[in-house]
Amino acid sequence: MDLMRLVASDLACIRGGRQVFSGIGFALGEGEALVITGPNGAGKSSLLRLLAGLLRPLAGTLALEGGEPELTVAEQAHYLGHQDALKPALTVTENLDFWVRFLGGQAADVTTALAEVGLASIAALPAAYLSAGQRRRLSIARLIAVKRPLWLLDEPASALDIAAQAMLAALMRAHLSGGGLIVAAVHGPIGLDQSAELSLGGSR
Amino acid sequence: MTAFAALLLRDMRLAVRVGGGALVGVLFFLLVVTIVPFAIGPDLALLARIGPAILWLGALLASLLGLDRLIAADHEDGSLDLILAARTPLELTMATKAVAHWLTTGLPLVAATPLLGLLLNLDPTATGAVALTLAAGTPALTFIGLVGAALTVALRRGGLLLAVLILPLTIPVLIFGVAASNAAIVGPIPFGTPFTILCALTLMSAVIGPIAAAAALRQGLD
Repeated sequence: MDLMRLVASDLACIRGGRQVFSGIGFALGEGEALVITGPNGAGKSSLLRLLAGLLRPLAGTLALEGGEPELTVAEQAHYLGHQDALKPALTVTENLDFWVRFLGGQAADVTTALAEVGLASIAALPAAYLSAGQRRRLSIARLIAVKRPLWLLDEPASALDIAAQAMLAALMRAHLSGGGLIVAAVHGPIGLDQSAELSLGGSR
Repeated sequence: MTAFAALLLRDMRLAVRVGGGALVGVLFFLLVVTIVPFAIGPDLALLARIGPAILWLGALLASLLGLDRLIAADHEDGSLDLILAARTPLELTMATKAVAHWLTTGLPLVAATPLLGLLLNLDPTATGAVALTLAAGTPALTFIGLVGAALTVALRRGGLLLAVLILPLTIPVLIFGVAASNAAIVGPIPFGTPFTILCALTLMSAVIGPIAAAAALRQGLD
């Protein structure tokens, strides 16, 4: 099996009639992270949604070489967006358990993942009572409970406290050292030392 | 398979918990059917004659109630993004959501029909016929509604537009549902003729509904 590589070339995106970006290209190998920076409105989120298959590119190609040929890039990726995809009426465990089963993971990993993000003690609490940071940690638990090679993270550290940011950084480093790939849109440093940077211009 | 079972379980759990819409439909159905005799007056023969039509209208309107949240709720909290990007075929995911919705909102309507039949002076045969046609016909309402829910998913207040969009499409179901019920009560055509067409409508919408809803969601990617 070849080494996995995420290759994007000449990507362009239009939203609401406005060209958000064009001519974006990058290549990312196993164990590598790409950090997308840029001012508000530069298209960081749009680029991530495009990688996650939630927006159609206007032009350009995107491929995960060495991945499973039957699956699209999005199907081999975890997308962590601004919204946490949690149901307030379900408990912490039920929320995570649903996504793990729906995304094709092992139900046994739910407890482990909850412990890793430090939510094991409130596993039976309805998600309605979680703080913003706890909700964030619960959606991060999804990334470790179901194994996917590519992580697409949109400002993953938002709402997280210092300890949780360190926990996230450790999880990301573990993912990279296991041969994973990360593309993250950030505003500040997120604790990835060896990462390529893609700066979006903000052509407003 | 696990994925669909998990989704079915989650949607049914959400429907019966606080803030879910499972009981609202039945209560609305109960209200509609209860106030009609007050409007029409205590003419028992008339009530028995139009009873099936009233029950069907009540069920049709009640089944509209929860539809605007069917996909919009997942859209608002970001779940729809993950569902769209998942490995499971979107058509089957949508069909699963429709089944969960019917089990929590359509089936209770069928179960409430015998009780409401009493209020409309329907005899046991007539009540049974209406319950049977509702059981066969309300899934069609849900599957047609699924398309409307997918089309209006991004609209903040899509509820009314959804009703306007899909009510015309449900008219055939209403016609054959009431026709089958009346055929069982007064004849002269055999019950089986309209009932078979009603079943055909349900089967057809069960195929077209999820495919159309998935196409609408993919088209609306933004």
